[in-house]
Amino acid sequence: MDFSLTDDQLILAGSIGRFIDAEYDFESRQQITVGDEGFSREMWATFAELGITAVPFAEEDGGLDGGPIELMLIMEQLGRGLVVEPYLANIVLAGGALRRAASSGQREKWLTPIIAGELHAALAFAEPQARYDIRNVATHAGAEGGGYVLRGSKTMILNGGAANMIIVPARTSGDTADEDGITLFIVPADARGVEISPYPTVDALQAADIDFNDVTVDESAVLGDVDKGFATLQAVIDEATLAISAEAVGIMQTMHEKTVEYSKNRSQFGVPIATFQALQHRMVDTMIACEQSRSLLYWSVMLSAANDPEARHSISALKYQVGTAGIEVAREAVQLHGGMGVTWELDIAHYFKRMTAIDAMFGNADFHLDRYIDTAPTS
Amino acid sequence: MNIDFTEEEIRFQTEVREFLAGHYSEDIRSKRDEGIALTKDDMVRWQKVLYERGWFAVNWPVEHGGTGWTPLQKYIFARELAAVNAPPLIAFGVSMVAPIIYTYGNEAQKQRFLPDILASNVWWCQGYSEPGSGSDLASLKTRADRDGDHYVVNGTKTWTTLGQHADWIFCLVRTSTDVARRQEGISFLLIDMKTEGVTVRPIITIEGEHEVNEIHLEDVRVPVENLVGEEGKGWTYGKVLLQHERTNIAGVAVSQYRIDRLREKSRQSIHGAAPLSEDRNFVRKLAAIEVELKALEYTELRTLASVAVGKAPGPESSLLKIRGTEVQQAIDALMMEAAGYYALPYVPAQYALDFPDDDRIGFGAETSTSLRYFNNRKASIYGGSNEIQKNIIAKHVLGL
Repeated sequence: MDFSLTDDQLILAGSIGRFIDAEYDFESRQQITVGDEGFSREMWATFAELGITAVPFAEEDGGLDGGPIELMLIMEQLGRGLVVEPYLANIVLAGGALRRAASSGQREKWLTPIIAGELHAALAFAEPQARYDIRNVATHAGAEGGGYVLRGSKTMILNGGAANMIIVPARTSGDTADEDGITLFIVPADARGVEISPYPTVDALQAADIDFNDVTVDESAVLGDVDKGFATLQAVIDEATLAISAEAVGIMQTMHEKTVEYSKNRSQFGVPIATFQALQHRMVDTMIACEQSRSLLYWSVMLSAANDPEARHSISALKYQVGTAGIEVAREAVQLHGGMGVTWELDIAHYFKRMTAIDAMFGNADFHLDRYIDTAPTS
Repeated sequence: MNIDFTEEEIRFQTEVREFLAGHYSEDIRSKRDEGIALTKDDMVRWQKVLYERGWFAVNWPVEHGGTGWTPLQKYIFARELAAVNAPPLIAFGVSMVAPIIYTYGNEAQKQRFLPDILASNVWWCQGYSEPGSGSDLASLKTRADRDGDHYVVNGTKTWTTLGQHADWIFCLVRTSTDVARRQEGISFLLIDMKTEGVTVRPIITIEGEHEVNEIHLEDVRVPVENLVGEEGKGWTYGKVLLQHERTNIAGVAVSQYRIDRLREKSRQSIHGAAPLSEDRNFVRKLAAIEVELKALEYTELRTLASVAVGKAPGPESSLLKIRGTEVQQAIDALMMEAAGYYALPYVPAQYALDFPDDDRIGFGAETSTSLRYFNNRKASIYGGSNEIQKNIIAKHVLGL
């Protein structure tokens, strides 16, 4: 049992942290979000130069061989900086699927340019009728003339507007909610019949709904094994859930610290509001919520790093925690900032919105409490 | 970061398990499992078993009979004890007064008191709180006036847990009122309970049991050699002690044991009823508590890890006290809920091992569930109430 970080891990966390502090202050972030694309391609190129985009991939794929611990360190910093560049979509979701299932040809064609920051990608994990159940795939892929024809609708595809390629889970056999019978397809965004409707989300990220109207792909579009895509999809979504939970812990910590700081500077009735016991105890509660969430994050990351069979169970515990304690911290931060907390001008409001979105993403607190129960190790 | 135990730690865990399998006596275990209160003799017997193995004073320096274990070994040990539902140790001697004696006491005091604490030959109790001094402990009024080679002590101490069994009491007393701060002028005094003028009166707590007492001190003559450390420095010593108290207060392993038992029980059908494990509401409540407890376990492990690299457990340990007691009380409440009607009969006579099963009202151990539930409302009050803990964090961690 060891909570310490290696020198390399400390350097990684430190360098991203310093980069966020120097280049990604709140004003810069707000400028980026009102730009044409809602994120900065220049910034994304810098992420690639810094090697952040390479961290989770194997050395033979041009990566840095990082694991869940390194991913946690990155995501926490991205949370702290409220970074809107599509790290989750490109690297964790699409990159994660490719890393796990792609052939060497597919790696060269798709993964290499993603790591280089030259190609944008997306994973279409959600369908309108599915809510949080990633088994629920109605999009149909029919075998035809040595290839497949895809028909169906996907929703809330992060980075869907900018993506050059989309990884699409589609049903090649079985019923709508079966685990078996899901196949992952790599679909170029400019393929005929792909209809992309992009939109921004409340947390200033970019997403899209995409219809696949009889989109024809050849056999080389299949990612992994036919009918057996669910295991990859589930592993990727689990890792993404862990990643946004780490991001959430970064956000919680930041909101808590900013609130404590604000309370020391804001005076009412002639004294700093930090001197009011009613507020002090609430800030102690948010500190405890931060520490407890960080503890579950470490538990979950260490289990994931050890490929422990309990990792999935722990990820659900963590996601439930950030969906409850995290939301509580966010609400308290807004409340203690008073009127300023509900202005667009203040970063607190935007952290709040990101926390809100994180709870809704990949299964909310209720969903994950249920999954925590259902994945309990049998004793 | 790495979640695995080292081979050495696994060996240690096995050693502890084997020891407990061979030495945790069956009669004490039955009482514990049935929720029946232990007698003084049970508690002393169990502590002596640990003492003989050298595992009683886990936290003490090796020179005085401690173990020299790493924080993680201590964690493993506590976990294994909880896993067999072993009785909690009576903290007043081994965990509370002893650290003050070996840290601030003189050589004669160490030799006189520590061996008997180690061997559980002498039972200690705590004289801190007073009827007028609860959370505001520094307002304490018990006086110790110097008279030759003695202090003459007058006052009342209260909430003295298991004081009815005690041979000695350690007290915070006021030796001077002519001070700039109230915290000054308080001294740490050891008092033999057999001294003339010491009276113990029981306080019956909410569940109907006699666990705590009020202790009256009337012209009690205490030799000055029973003063620990310097006169007037008792507050400082007492604060150190409270931190020792808090590091053990989370009770993670015991809470996990109780969650596991509750889950096990929830799978049983009572008189043919559908088991509670089929009630999603109940299952979700249990799961939510378990997640909070898992978080607390890792918060404690993180604290231990920082202790291992030389940081003293600071005000952060208040967090463990707050959350630990909240989780304990949440489990108590869920146990009441699980017991349903069977939590309600109040028949003290049947809380005994030899009470005939056929005469028992209710359903097995459920009938003592309420005792624990009511009694343990104390957890968020003792050891510095949870609100006081929040004040400590606000001041010393958040700088508010």
